[in-house]
Amino acid sequence: MTTAYMDNNATTRVDPLVLETMLPYFSEQFGNPSSMHSFGGDTGKRLEWARVEVQKLLGAEHDSEVIFTSCGTESDATAILSALAAFPERREIITSVVEHPAVLTLCEHLERHEGYTVHYIPVDKEGRLQMDRYAEVLSDRVAVVSIMFANNETGTIFPVETLARMAKEKGVLFHTDAVQAVGKIPLNMRDSAIDMLSLSGHKLHAPKGVGALYLRRGTRFRPFLRGGHQERGRRAGTENTTGIIGLGKAAELALEHMAWENSGVRRLRDRLEAGILEQVPYSFVNGDLPNRLPNTASISFEYIEGEAILLLLSRVGIAASSGSACTSGSLEPSHVLRAMDIPYTAAHGTIRFSLSRESTDAEVDWVIAQTPPIIAQLRRLSPYWGVTGPIDAEKAFSPVYA
Amino acid sequence: MWDYTDKVKDYFFNPKNTGVLEDANAVGEVGSISCGDALRLMLKVEPDSETIIDARFQTFGCGSAIASSSALTEIIKGKTLDEALKVSNQDIAEFLGGLPPEKMHCSVMGAEALHAAIANYRGEEWADDHEEGALICKCFGVDAALIEKVARENDLHSIEEITFYTKAGGGCESCHEKIEEILAKVHEGEPVAAAPARVPQSIPVSAVAKPMTLVQKIQKISAVIDEMRPQFQLDGGDIELVDVDGDTVTVAMSGSCMGCQMSGLTISGIQERLMLVLGRPVRVVPAQMAHAVGA
Ligand SMILES: Cc1ncc(COP(=O)(O)O)c(C=O)c1O
Repeated sequence: MTTAYMDNNATTRVDPLVLETMLPYFSEQFGNPSSMHSFGGDTGKRLEWARVEVQKLLGAEHDSEVIFTSCGTESDATAILSALAAFPERREIITSVVEHPAVLTLCEHLERHEGYTVHYIPVDKEGRLQMDRYAEVLSDRVAVVSIMFANNETGTIFPVETLARMAKEKGVLFHTDAVQAVGKIPLNMRDSAIDMLSLSGHKLHAPKGVGALYLRRGTRFRPFLRGGHQERGRRAGTENTTGIIGLGKAAELALEHMAWENSGVRRLRDRLEAGILEQVPYSFVNGDLPNRLPNTASISFEYIEGEAILLLLSRVGIAASSGSACTSGSLEPSHVLRAMDIPYTAAHGTIRFSLSRESTDAEVDWVIAQTPPIIAQLRRLSPYWGVTGPIDAEKAFSPVYA
Repeated sequence: MWDYTDKVKDYFFNPKNTGVLEDANAVGEVGSISCGDALRLMLKVEPDSETIIDARFQTFGCGSAIASSSALTEIIKGKTLDEALKVSNQDIAEFLGGLPPEKMHCSVMGAEALHAAIANYRGEEWADDHEEGALICKCFGVDAALIEKVARENDLHSIEEITFYTKAGGGCESCHEKIEEILAKVHEGEPVAAAPARVPQSIPVSAVAKPMTLVQKIQKISAVIDEMRPQFQLDGGDIELVDVDGDTVTVAMSGSCMGCQMSGLTISGIQERLMLVLGRPVRVVPAQMAHAVGA
């Protein structure tokens, strides 16, 4: 059967070249990078090679600005908690309402249990950050700003460079969760105002369970994990050597494919969106359309529910994900769609298709062919849908018990 | 993805009895689009014997909502209305070989639609008699009577279970205390369960809080709301103080606070600020949404 993996924002397949690079380090090259002997290989050297590859992908000035971690979530937590520890007299944090839970849940916790004041910058209907609100709350009382580079649900890219420069003017540290951006958008940290940046291996064809934090040289830092001297004392614990080596190779490959992400992948994504929208009435694309990751398409299908769509897509071999409540076990649609004020007729029926450099024209053709009949099938079942279009809910369908 | 039984999958992928029943003489409609699921059940009842000779449905919702609706139509076909009235949400779940706990509300929705359809046939006013006050969960529009009924029929003991079965309490969470009261009432006189009961959220009362007159209190509360209003207005929304009753503060929100998906964050933000200002525990609850369908 034809299949189409359209859930690359959730996780990506490990590139075979990445796997090949990693494999020896599970077996004969098993050494501890900290050991003085060379028994068990050159792991230490390979870690430093991996660091340089990540440095190149980020366009960083020094390889020592790269700290390996266990995942994107750890990088985010390390950055935010480090800034708070480094500026104990500052009791405010700025973030956005559409962050990944890795940042949002931490901020809510700090607000509730540690007495911090957290400013959540809202977004407009296109998912764009309200810059005037940001300017309003930015002050020297703020310990850290943490705003994502690109949103995982809609792909909307935030003006992080501008935000970072504004923070710098007030002497405030700036962190960005770039987990979805690294590997898809060219970066040049050398000339950036961003102080800290998080990335995660499994979003760029490296394995799960490895990430990195970029820490600009000279930035005040307090470690999250204390213990041994690994990562220059900034992240204790024996290194995940295989994961880090895999991330190094993945970074090298990502740099090679950067142009393709922004041409080939973008073309596929645009074709997928146009192909579906052309055939399906009452559907629309979410996010800041001209200013999105090249691989992400968030499409709302009105008057039907997302889990039902995903189940039917999955039956024809299409993997995607939804912002619907029903798939996550929560009862409310995603916080990102709610923050964007997506009409309630559509918030439950939003599907995210996310591509990668491995996506093909055949996969996109399959999705374009399979999706419209599925939407039509579910709409035929919906009490809000007539023969050709929505029926006025107030008139035609008015439950006695809502 | 959910661990659905083969029967749930079958009834979702190949639902039976879908679409409009043209000559239906009993129609039951429950749910709403903003709450994530809705069901219209249409029956054809043979008047002399009061037998259900045909049943069809239309459902907006997830896989298990569609499967539960279809299962319901299969269960009730051929039954008399009195027999059909005995069909409970458990019968629907059992027919499907079980539902994940988080999805039990789909079976409850089916049973509700059935009762609504039969009431409609008999010309009775059904369940829309919950006047202001009986409505417990304002986010999902669930009233006390339903919570009580479902708790009894399914022997539910925790807020989480109530949420799985009815959705009540799954939004802003401000009704949790009221749900606990209903549970206490339902299980009154029963031996206390060995499992530790959920400890009610307790907020330390500031020892130095001086007694305040009601007017002083309302003034302070409205000052806080006025202070927070510009933020809401910037987001294209608005917030207004509606009522203060003891330690319960009712606010009306509109605009960015979408439909029934009341932002728990917003409510808890106001609540925390009020507690700080008043120096005592208060509970902020959203007033009935202007555009909630039905209810
Ligand atoms: C924007 C964003 N931040 C953080 C994370 C978490 O990364 P990890 O799974 O490596 O902890 C994700 C992954 O879903 C993400 O999309």
